[in-house]
Amino acid sequence: MKREQLIVSALDHGTVLDHIPCDRLFEVINLLHLDQMSSKVTIGFNLKSNKMGTKSIIKIADRFFTDEEMNQLSIVAPNVTLAVIRDYEVVEKRQVCLPKDLRGLIRCNNPKCITNNEPMATLFHVTDKQNGIVRCHYCNHEQQIKDVKLV
Amino acid sequence: MNHSLVTIADHSREKIEYLIRMAQEFELHPNRLLLQGKVVATLFFEPSTRTRLSFETAANRLGARVIGFADPKVTSGTKGETLKDTIMMVSNYADVIVMRHHLEGAALYASEISPVPIINAGDGANQHPSQTMLDLYTIYQTQGTLDNLNIYLVGDLKYGRTVHSLLTAMRHFNPTFHFIAPDELAMPKQYKTYCHEHGIKYVEHKDFDADVIADADILYMTRVQRERFTDLMEYERVKDRYLLKLDMLQKARPNMRILHPLPRVNEIEYAIDDNPHAYYFQQARNGLFARQALICDTLGITLEQIKNDTTIL
Repeated sequence: MKREQLIVSALDHGTVLDHIPCDRLFEVINLLHLDQMSSKVTIGFNLKSNKMGTKSIIKIADRFFTDEEMNQLSIVAPNVTLAVIRDYEVVEKRQVCLPKDLRGLIRCNNPKCITNNEPMATLFHVTDKQNGIVRCHYCNHEQQIKDVKLV
Repeated sequence: MNHSLVTIADHSREKIEYLIRMAQEFELHPNRLLLQGKVVATLFFEPSTRTRLSFETAANRLGARVIGFADPKVTSGTKGETLKDTIMMVSNYADVIVMRHHLEGAALYASEISPVPIINAGDGANQHPSQTMLDLYTIYQTQGTLDNLNIYLVGDLKYGRTVHSLLTAMRHFNPTFHFIAPDELAMPKQYKTYCHEHGIKYVEHKDFDADVIADADILYMTRVQRERFTDLMEYERVKDRYLLKLDMLQKARPNMRILHPLPRVNEIEYAIDDNPHAYYFQQARNGLFARQALICDTLGITLEQIKNDTTIL
């Protein structure tokens, strides 16, 4: 029987990022600096997904991510799932999720906010995880996470 | 952790009542040497004459000495110095820094880096806690309580940070708010949501006449500023609709008092100034006592110490 699936060689060591929204794929690539990597990277774009309609997937050999890097990812693609693979086995699977606080990751949308006028780290508190709403620690402006720019 | 005052939005009912009792002590005896030997810095990165004079008077009447600047043009900020550098430098000289800044969040940031306490004297459209404190003190003084009052907010409820801070600070006291504003300057949704979340009752009005304000305990007027309007025709149409006239006070409760953060332009008819309901000049005077209380509190001086103060002049 013909299988309607993409055949990609299995990963022995590395990370698989699944359920990336297609319109966010290139942002994820930039954010994780995959263009500067020397190890093997497989990218699937516009793949079929039962849950999402279409999705993208990235397999990265010999690279593991810190929590901080994953938090960053949650800003552009909040529902990504991450599988850590060692010796062809999935040793860890987790969902990327918005942390309670975002320190030094995004810029405030308010041009009159002190963080846009002073060399300092930004800080945001996530007030509504479901709808992706964050509040600037300094100027108190609430903003949608999809509207903010990365630092 | 120092005692900086950035906002009073997080203050408990007890803390607000405590500061009111402190202000009462200063109203009784404003001239003391409680802060003798202390240096208070007033850094006004944005000019604000009345706030600065009020803070400097408060410090002077407590025996402190005052350093600072009234105009950012004379500081190194214009040479490109960061806020942090200015604060670090001044904190070497002063025991407390009172600062006004046009950028939102400036005072909170300063309080995080400064080794001495910071008092926020206004940071852009964000917070102005000493104004809120003097408003609360004035409401208490005129009504004998902060509980269960009908508070009418009139004019610019969209950009007016004083009305937003007052609304948040009153949440402990079961108020009923009445919002009277043109559509363009209506109370933002964010604050109405805040009211729902905290069980604060509110009523919205379009009209502004004797019947609407008949049940008011506090009539809080604000300035409708021309520059807030995108449509100047609209400004011309509404500017006089929110003018308080003497004949509108006929049905007012005897205890009703008219407040205004000042400066007034044309929101309150001058004929009202001599009416017993007018209270805005006394309100401004209360700024002195409220700020004396805030300076002492940030310096760690307690109500007990103020009551037992032997330095009264």
